[in-house]
Amino acid sequence: MRQYMLSVHMVDGSPQRSPEAIQQLYQQVDGFNAELLAAGSWVFGGGLLPPDAATVVRASGGAVLTTDGPFAEGKEHIGGFWVIRAPDLDAALAWAGKASLACEDPVEVRPFQEEAED
Amino acid sequence: MPAVAAADIERIFREEYGRAVSVLVRVFGDIDIAEESVQEAFTVAVRRWPDDGLPPSPAGWIITTARNRAIDRLRREAARQDKHAQAALLHAHNEPVEVGPVRDDRLRLIFTCCHPALGRAAQVALTLRLIGGLSTPEIARAFLVPEPTMAQRLVRAKGKIRDAGIPYRIPPEAELPGRLRAVLTVVYLIFNEGHLTRADLCAEAIRLGRLLVELMPDEPEVRGLLALMLLTESRRPARTGPDGALVRLADQDRTRWNRELIAEGQGLVRQCLRRNQPGPYQIQAAINAVHSDAATAADTDWQQILALYDQLLACEPTPVVALNRAVAVAEIDGPQAALNLANKLDLDGYYLFHAIRADLLRRLGRTDEAALSYQAALDRTENTAEREFLRQHTG
Repeated sequence: MRQYMLSVHMVDGSPQRSPEAIQQLYQQVDGFNAELLAAGSWVFGGGLLPPDAATVVRASGGAVLTTDGPFAEGKEHIGGFWVIRAPDLDAALAWAGKASLACEDPVEVRPFQEEAED
Repeated sequence: MPAVAAADIERIFREEYGRAVSVLVRVFGDIDIAEESVQEAFTVAVRRWPDDGLPPSPAGWIITTARNRAIDRLRREAARQDKHAQAALLHAHNEPVEVGPVRDDRLRLIFTCCHPALGRAAQVALTLRLIGGLSTPEIARAFLVPEPTMAQRLVRAKGKIRDAGIPYRIPPEAELPGRLRAVLTVVYLIFNEGHLTRADLCAEAIRLGRLLVELMPDEPEVRGLLALMLLTESRRPARTGPDGALVRLADQDRTRWNRELIAEGQGLVRQCLRRNQPGPYQIQAAINAVHSDAATAADTDWQQILALYDQLLACEPTPVVALNRAVAVAEIDGPQAALNLANKLDLDGYYLFHAIRADLLRRLGRTDEAALSYQAALDRTENTAEREFLRQHTG
């Protein structure tokens, strides 16, 4: 088995969702998570708070520098991610398609360096 | 034993490379190992065949030799705790080595080369390399890319197949239409790249098209693509004049068309019609078949061509199809009706849009506007045959 990270890419300043729409989105994601678990493909996953809650820590020349905000100031940020187990990229892409449908944002698929332990 | 010349081995290499690599990719689960071992087997063949004669099945000999040599090498590497070699050996151990039915092996590899997780340029390069057996310098030359750039593109694509875990698999029924479309796009792209300049690329695309028909005899669009390429290719001898300028279909010397290719292409179109599951490639092939039927430009059955364009526009509603349909409209309802249609299309960046408008304006006697449009077309193409044609009309 291989492992893949599915990350949710959100664009800053996209239109606000209504509370009902957010509620529905949570339900969709819960359903997707349940499906991952049932298939034995779930490793880890969760949603993240917005990038203004982020802090960057950088060790350089024996000193540690801490800065407020995300690493890269940009229009896009990662809104959450899953780590899944899948036999190959086709299976991972199929999960990513369902993930994107559930969270209503684009999902990037990246393979891990090491294979999953079976 | 028949004598074997170097040219024979080169031909066999070109013909059997894809088959051999496909089998060895299945055996070892790794493209690099497959390619290296096939190269090595051909090196052995170059040494032995001139003395020993051609084996009864050259492809079988290459595959067996490649496999045995690779296993010897992998065993040595595995003994030194090389994880990659160990994995490949384990894979080979679990795979039967039948040399006969390689049909599925080649299909699997074609679908891997054209996997949607790879960019179009990578799909094209991989298909020409692994299925077509072209060398990296040959592919680089064909696409006017520096050789190191092409080499890097291939290394990166093969790396992604390995690292991301793109499977060697014929897609399941539900995904097949979309995945097949990507394969056909790649082959037609190779053909179009060679259309006006590189006859060898067209020949390669046609060879791939024939292979696809052999591998997927029940897919009508595969047959349609081959027919489209054959019928287009049949006009190559008439397509450029002695000065190298493009000769339009209406002005071509039709006695120079290749009758053999036309007969084959039209035969395929008839098979498609009987099947009655039309798609974009089949319809384009049928349009070309109608042109091929006309002994002179004046004999062209434009009503039938327009009906086919209506059908094509229904399944592929793009401005380019609408523009080509307007050309047929000009022959039936006159240049003004066609110009009205063309003027509605948003194709300013496309040289043919301006060339077709220029021709319609010329036929309407609006010569000043026609000259401007020929110039606009000239500004939008780099191809010398096209430029020469347009230059003759701008003056």
